Amino acid sequence: MLTTRTIAPDFELNSTPDQKLRLSELSNKKVILAFYPADWSPVCDDQMTLYNEMEKYFSRHNAQLIGISVDSKWSHLAFSEYHKFHFPLLSDFEPKGAVARLYEVYDEKAGACERALYVIDEKGIIRWSYLSPVGINPGADGILNALEQLDNLKSINQ
Amino acid sequence: MTQLIPAVNSNDHRFGNSAAPLELVEYGDYECPYCGRAYPIVKDIQRKLGSEMKFVFRNFPLSKIHAHAFSAAVATEAAGLQNKFWEMHDLIFENQNALDDENIFRFARTIGIDLERFKNDIQQKALIDKVEKDFESGLRSGVNRTPTFFINGKKYDGGWSGDQLLQYLKNQFSRDPLSQG
Repeated sequence: MLTTRTIAPDFELNSTPDQKLRLSELSNKKVILAFYPADWSPVCDDQMTLYNEMEKYFSRHNAQLIGISVDSKWSHLAFSEYHKFHFPLLSDFEPKGAVARLYEVYDEKAGACERALYVIDEKGIIRWSYLSPVGINPGADGILNALEQLDNLKSINQ
Repeated sequence: MTQLIPAVNSNDHRFGNSAAPLELVEYGDYECPYCGRAYPIVKDIQRKLGSEMKFVFRNFPLSKIHAHAFSAAVATEAAGLQNKFWEMHDLIFENQNALDDENIFRFARTIGIDLERFKNDIQQKALIDKVEKDFESGLRSGVNRTPTFFINGKKYDGGWSGDQLLQYLKNQFSRDPLSQG
């Protein structure tokens, strides 16, 4: 994975069939990148459903969560509507896994993203990362601790 | 290792022997079908382990996918104010496909609680906060699905169907030096 305190590489991917999202557009916010293997798979369902309940906790830290997998924008649309997700799912579809490779979380054998998390601060710097075993939902405690530490650091520096 | 944060305390609904060597905590959602399946299993474990185990239930309602989960959790807390938490908890799990307000009031009547007070209590911010606090403690403790169990403060990642959870608990018990005295 990319090391912390380095600049998060910018990218642009489809967030809906007719909209694109560029990472640098979110530069006034913290961003949580949640790479996951596949729409509709059991563990991913649980993981994204959990994050969907956490809007309030993320916004408390001025953070936006983004899910990324190699599924097509149409699969994302159906997956997102089915679960009523309130955060964007980006489609790392063509060239397949390009952003996952950029973030060093592409599983060549499986042809899918690994289950990996990055927390990026308002200045676009990677501040925390975590690679989860593919079959295990990492939950949210690591993300919340990372966001909290960032906010604590900021209040110390002010 | 994922730890239960905060540890079991006086704000929790605890069932069974408070000095029991085993402590089972469940984070659950009243409308979640898996929690519904776990409910009789946990009951059976409680019966079989008797005074060796205490059981604690914390709320983890997934409100975005389960429309009634949060209000059902608040209803159990309101019943708890009248010392009927577990009665309400059980009735709700036994009828988890019928958790609209009308049914919740019917359950309240069935277990014989003061309905006027109940109606008032379910609006109270303190109870809503309690459910939200439970949820947040779950996030902090690494809850990643429902149900998630903690045994003596440590997250349990094994299976819970059939007698898997019972067997695991029994093994813990036989390994626990305190219980061999």
